[in-house]
Amino acid sequence: MYQYNDFDRAFLASRNDQFRDQVQRRIDGSLTEDEFRPLRLMNGLYLQLHAYMLRVAIPYGTLNSAKMRQLGMIAERWDRGYGHFTTRQNIQYNWPKLSEVPDILDALAEVGMHAIQTSGNTIRNVTADHFAGAAADEIADPRPVAELIRQWSTDHPEFQFLPRKFKIGVTGSPNDRAVVKSHDIGLRMIRNDAGEPGFEVLVGGGLGRTPMIAKVVRAFLPRADLLPYLEAIVGVYNLLGRRDNKYKARVKITVHENGIDKIRAMVEEEFLKRKPLFSGVDQEVLGDIEAQFAPPAFKSAPIDAFDAAYAADPVFRDWCDTNLAEHKAPGYAIASISLKKHGATPGDASAEQMRVMADLAEQFGHDELRISHEQNVVLPHIHKSDLPAVHAALKSADLATANIGLISDIIACPGMDYCSLATARAIPVAQEIAERFKALKLEHDIGPLKLKISGCINACGHHHVGHIGILGLDRAGVENYQITLGGNHTEDAVIGERMGPGFAYDEVTDAIERIIRTYLAERSSPAETFLDTYRRIGTAPFKAALYDKETVDA
Amino acid sequence: MSRAFIPKVVTANALIEGDVVYLTADDRWSRDLAEAELINDPAHADLRLLEAERRGGEIVGAYLADMAPGANGPEPRHFREDFRRTGPSNYFHGKQEECA
Ligand code: SF4
Repeated sequence: MYQYNDFDRAFLASRNDQFRDQVQRRIDGSLTEDEFRPLRLMNGLYLQLHAYMLRVAIPYGTLNSAKMRQLGMIAERWDRGYGHFTTRQNIQYNWPKLSEVPDILDALAEVGMHAIQTSGNTIRNVTADHFAGAAADEIADPRPVAELIRQWSTDHPEFQFLPRKFKIGVTGSPNDRAVVKSHDIGLRMIRNDAGEPGFEVLVGGGLGRTPMIAKVVRAFLPRADLLPYLEAIVGVYNLLGRRDNKYKARVKITVHENGIDKIRAMVEEEFLKRKPLFSGVDQEVLGDIEAQFAPPAFKSAPIDAFDAAYAADPVFRDWCDTNLAEHKAPGYAIASISLKKHGATPGDASAEQMRVMADLAEQFGHDELRISHEQNVVLPHIHKSDLPAVHAALKSADLATANIGLISDIIACPGMDYCSLATARAIPVAQEIAERFKALKLEHDIGPLKLKISGCINACGHHHVGHIGILGLDRAGVENYQITLGGNHTEDAVIGERMGPGFAYDEVTDAIERIIRTYLAERSSPAETFLDTYRRIGTAPFKAALYDKETVDA
Repeated sequence: MSRAFIPKVVTANALIEGDVVYLTADDRWSRDLAEAELINDPAHADLRLLEAERRGGEIVGAYLADMAPGANGPEPRHFREDFRRTGPSNYFHGKQEECA
């Protein structure tokens, strides 16, 4: 993976010194909160409901063991012994003390990490497919390009005060696991008819108050044109995007109001101006970055031990069947570690768990870890012969829950347990639903199902693109939960459809159970997924199950 | 005639820890809502908020929160203030842990 060079290190050191000084001046009274607030936000420090929150960027969700260990150390030394992994592949610490944040930032810098541009109207952390570099269906590893974008966008002088925040997602695979269609810019690596590598460039996606699926602005962009083209898009947005109304400031609204054709024409014109300014240095840099993302030296070894354990141990077998994905190298698997133990907080890992995962990556996983937007951790390169040992270690760290992709693998944002923008809680709703389906012993029978919960209209929990989405609202001073069905986060992204009036906090789990029982009764066979059944039979049976009191428990 | 005034407390977050705090009648910042000064008069509420805002070296983001009088001092009228009073529901963290 990418290692910081002297420039990166010097930049970070000077930013951290600067912020240490700013914190000191806030504490000694030389800076007011109004003066300090933008400065702390530039460094990822928010003030939430009960405490500060430090959001640390994990570029394209990639970590090595040293970074993961340091994240654990920070959790233990300066926080409450845990961290929360988010849908943007970041980690959030919920309890840092203002006076200790400069020390945390220095500890992050030791392992080449920071919290810069995790807030504010800037280009945020670049996200990517969490199976990057490992997936069997991949055209190319998207991470070198994501790293190039990180370097280009970090502290980019033109783009520090955009109309609104700006998110870029990249996937190198036709099966989109990075939700690129919900990003301000989505990049899909493709090849043209001549076999040359490039990108399909999408613009104007986003969830939140006005959910939009991104539109294609350029069907094929040659690889070498990436940065000038991105600059052209962001440059056009920077001038055209609305600054008069926060709710209309995202590029999705700019695209919606101006039309994709006008945006495309402006971007292409801007691109022609910017392209000559790129001397080719960016491509040299990309070459250097690519060398650092060379695939690890995959081993070949017999997998008899794996086969034997798989045949003998039903718990191991269950975990393998649910949590493994196909790897491009023979004999290897991608192992997802669920941070969704039934009843636990989705996305949270303790310091000790972070250490265990770091050790496993170092010992068995070519020193690589990934954070998924689904708030799980991935060991992307595990040889099958090592899986029994990996599983045993995960089990003793309470990390071996076999529920990846199932109904209890819920995305939930922090909601009103932490977030000051929340209109309702999300975490306890997720906890109760997961416990319910565990008790019913139905989740394997239900099969693939994406349940996503947000604690307000900002949709950090991606509820719009969940097969089942739950949105927590405040209705006249009471928590109320709206349910949407049929959303999809993949390359065929769809915004879910709202079923009807919302449900009270203590009614949500029952409502979800009624939806699931309807699916189980209606599906043509156990092979027909929830989403396929929904598409075939439409909303009516689900609405009846939710709202028609006569049919309940009939 | 103006609508009846809803009683208020002045609340904020502590500068260093971020803990939820309340202004008491004797000008302390308490982590315990029961100790907060319940303000029944709009002019006095505005004055207390101004006084609180001048103490930016101790707190961040002071505002007036609606409360109802209760047997043990002010009681939140909205669930958001109820959660702020206690701390998160998924862990026993924050000031609920420290006060235990
Ligand atoms: S969706 Fe709302 S409540 Fe949830 S984390 Fe985002 S802003 Fe906070």
